[in-house]
Amino acid sequence: MRKAVGLLVTLLLTGGVLGGCSLDQNNASSDKGKTKQDGEVKIGLSISTLNNPFFVTLKEGAEKAAKDEGAKLIVVDAQNDSAKQINDIEDLIQQHVDVLLVNPTDSSAVTSAIESANSADIPVITVDRSADGGKVVAHIASDNVAGGKMAAQFIVDHLKNGGNIVELEGIPGSSAARERGEGFHQVLDKAANMKVVAKQAADFDRAKGLAVMENILQSHKDIQAVFAHNDEMALGALEALQAHGMNNVLVVGFDATDDAVKAVKEGKMAATVAQKPALIGEKAVEAAIRVHKGEKVDKFIPVPLELVQGQ
Amino acid sequence: MMGAKRKWDVKKLGPLIGLFLLCIVLSILSDDFLTMDNWLNLLRQVSINALIAFGMTFVILTGGIDLSVGSVLALSSAITAGMMAQGVNGFVAIFVGLLAGAAMGVLNGVLVTKGKVAPFIATLATMTAFRGLTLVYTDGRPITGFASDDILFQMMGRGYFFGIPVPIILMLTVYIALYVVLKKTTFGRHTYAIGGNEEASRLSGLRVDRLKIYVYALTGALSALAGLILTSRLNSAQPTAGTAYELDAIAAVVLGGTSLSGGRGWIFGTLVGALIIGVLNNGLNLLNVSSFYQQVIKGAVILLAVLLDRRKEV
Repeated sequence: MRKAVGLLVTLLLTGGVLGGCSLDQNNASSDKGKTKQDGEVKIGLSISTLNNPFFVTLKEGAEKAAKDEGAKLIVVDAQNDSAKQINDIEDLIQQHVDVLLVNPTDSSAVTSAIESANSADIPVITVDRSADGGKVVAHIASDNVAGGKMAAQFIVDHLKNGGNIVELEGIPGSSAARERGEGFHQVLDKAANMKVVAKQAADFDRAKGLAVMENILQSHKDIQAVFAHNDEMALGALEALQAHGMNNVLVVGFDATDDAVKAVKEGKMAATVAQKPALIGEKAVEAAIRVHKGEKVDKFIPVPLELVQGQ
Repeated sequence: MMGAKRKWDVKKLGPLIGLFLLCIVLSILSDDFLTMDNWLNLLRQVSINALIAFGMTFVILTGGIDLSVGSVLALSSAITAGMMAQGVNGFVAIFVGLLAGAAMGVLNGVLVTKGKVAPFIATLATMTAFRGLTLVYTDGRPITGFASDDILFQMMGRGYFFGIPVPIILMLTVYIALYVVLKKTTFGRHTYAIGGNEEASRLSGLRVDRLKIYVYALTGALSALAGLILTSRLNSAQPTAGTAYELDAIAAVVLGGTSLSGGRGWIFGTLVGALIIGVLNNGLNLLNVSSFYQQVIKGAVILLAVLLDRRKEV
């Protein structure tokens, strides 16, 4: 173990020294960000994770918009690590981006990085998740609460005679899980003869969605609908339901990933709430270019949701 | 190996008693817990963690640790699914996936033995690198639409064999094979010997390095097998599959009474440990316990089991 610790320290030290070197080079060439009046706009995009199809699509939407507008887009991936995101944003500031798009891993942890951008006079736009602090010129997102309401309304409309409903929650305590659940209950709790018989977390994960649904089916045989806080869990739950021969259960997901839209088209899933991540990315880049030109943009730019449903 | 016979009953009974107590409590609290149907469901869920934990037991017995199992699972699953998506025959794709898992294990073993890197560090590095390769290969998206017509691959996760789900059969087959290896073969004896005293083993002429590489390769192959079962069950290979599975596997090994310092442990205990974790997950779902409390309860049970084990070890 002593050896291991020694090795780790050595690694860290080497990393530190090397990091120091590259920083020095940066400082040597940095003459206080000269703003380019013409030529291409340089936009930095810090993404929370590219481990998730939703954000990959968002990034692709942003890249397409940047290409169409002739802007340069630099994308960094924080891999769901708040500490890495702060480093990423510092790096983007070092590269003198004109506008910074941030999709925070965590609303409060990102604050210090946004303040760094503020002091470097780089305008910041938050994407999909908001920030708790720092100066932000605009926020672009869909409304999770509205999406939860949409899903509940769909189930209420389709189950005329009421029914038993299972809710699969996202990572406990995450904002998406909180807001989607909140919107869902706002509508469903008011509806007559609708009952949420089981409410369990499956952490936005497909494998967990399968296992948790299997376990719930052991104690609840009479289920008419499932609402999952994201498509991954919905698709996992769908596998469990199909294995039990329960093909008439309404499964409603959230995010409209490719897999889920396909399942809806095939009539396996009932519906999924579409967040249009590509449009979020597109609008983010458009807003960034407008900000750079000195035009006014709204404080909150909502990206419409829609319900993808079968025939 | 020394004194193994003497401690046999005491060491094995601890986790087993814990498992029984847990089952008794849960069957009182829920009518749905102690049914054939639920146990087949529970065992099928356990099989994935158990397969990884069996390999982990060997690694831990040699005094090592393997943090890369979850990433190995994801990368080998992605390789198999990717091949099948391109129309490669299921048997071939499965074989290549298992081989890929074993190869990643060999790399871990070589880093630990020839590279003289501490297992914790070596597998921490490969865990990150293999996860990265998985993301590169899948482009961060699940791979789907491949297994609809390949019966062999479908069977792995969803099939039944005389009414028993195939994953359970696979898990028990591997368990019996590894139990025999550990108990009856020189390979098993040497595994214990290396963990007990590596220097002495080396001096008495054991091929320590080669054996360690085999052990890591075994763990890699078993992680790949677990991944294939998961992929077959989900009908998709997930880029994030297996995240944090190494922790569940290590927890199962430790719950089973295997010593993290190597040289002392049982594969039977690991099976019991994996069952304890599975029973907890299943039972708390059945009882509809709030997700916040679930995590508290899981942590407390793991602590309690280990503490009970400690008391007996005096």
